Amino acid sequence: MSDASVSRPRNAARNHRSYAAFIGHRLSGVALAVFLPLHFLALGLALEGRAALDGFLAYAENPLVKFAEWGLVILLGLHLCFGIRLLVVELLPWRGDDDDRAGLIGWGLALAILVGVVFLWGVI
Amino acid sequence: MKDMTPETDTLEVRIWRGRDEGRFETYEVPARENQTVLDVVSEVQRHHEPALAYRFACRVGVCGSCAMTVNGKPRWTCRTHVQKVVDGGALTIEPLRNMPRIKDLATDMTDFFDKWHRAGGRFEGTRTRHDPIQPVDPESRARKNANAGIECINCAVCYAACDVVAWDDDYVGPAALNRAWTLLNDEKHGDQRGTLDAATAAGGCGSCHTQGSCMKHCPVGISPTRSIAGIKRMSLMDFLNMRGK
Ligand code: SF4
Ligand code: SF4
Ligand code: FES
Repeated sequence: MSDASVSRPRNAARNHRSYAAFIGHRLSGVALAVFLPLHFLALGLALEGRAALDGFLAYAENPLVKFAEWGLVILLGLHLCFGIRLLVVELLPWRGDDDDRAGLIGWGLALAILVGVVFLWGVI
Repeated sequence: MKDMTPETDTLEVRIWRGRDEGRFETYEVPARENQTVLDVVSEVQRHHEPALAYRFACRVGVCGSCAMTVNGKPRWTCRTHVQKVVDGGALTIEPLRNMPRIKDLATDMTDFFDKWHRAGGRFEGTRTRHDPIQPVDPESRARKNANAGIECINCAVCYAACDVVAWDDDYVGPAALNRAWTLLNDEKHGDQRGTLDAATAAGGCGSCHTQGSCMKHCPVGISPTRSIAGIKRMSLMDFLNMRGK
């Protein structure tokens, strides 16, 4: 019996933590790549003189911009921690055949959230 | 399965028919207490669909020819019990990902095997049959590294699980790199330089993003992720001129 309504099952090979970490690392990396030019723009303005920088800083006080900054700080923490995990996986000896240090994924996430909380603390 | 009394219960089996263009056909086969996915495919072929194309040989997990995508995951079908993977009484069986399809459940594995050579997987002997046998210390670290990877059955489950293979035609994939890693740890292999160069060339170990899907799905418990990490580390040491012998 042919049944056109049967859809293709999704690719379930991705359902595991290491894959989620890969996605987190990649997306935070892309977000940071978008953010960094703005960051350097701000630094560049600081070199150009006071007025230009003050203008930019006033803009950066905008709550929406602050919120975006907060998100970026978390992403930076995430990217850093997941990157460190990859260095551990690739450079340190493995403790077992399936030990790709998945535990570090949870710790990395926790640390990134902690960084976010500390940032909020500083802002409020 | 509790809801599976033999005699009466049936499995709903959806099998991909055709090549890239095709459709799922649904078959009903008796659910049995002890049944592998390959048993189910064989039953369909014998009783419902004589023209169904699929591959198998040994039926005992040695030859590596029977892998298919079962309910979304790549698996060796001859050693996958239906009870372990059935989802609501249904099985959806497709060819493996990441290889050109030939017909129904059979894929063309030519690229998969060619890439073993591209990754430096050819063994080069250094002695002839007239020389004495070269002793190898089974306790050495290198030999243990090699042992961890040599039971590969070439089933391409890891290759089908890996998204980098799907995204990058050039990537040689986990099985080929695992093979290269076993050679890099084999004292009897004469062309260490060649294998390291091949395994680290474009499309080699540098393309792996450590997603770990290969290691999660390898049916014989090999960890290509670990092997690839080993090659990365070795190539770094080599670059820094710190590679021990
Ligand atoms: S660890 Fe590397 S080879 Fe294995 S699935 Fe991930 S990206 Fe592919
Ligand atoms: S490494 Fe494992 S999954 Fe990959 S081809 Fe070998 S046996 Fe199959
Ligand atoms: S038929 Fe040989 S491994 Fe499954």
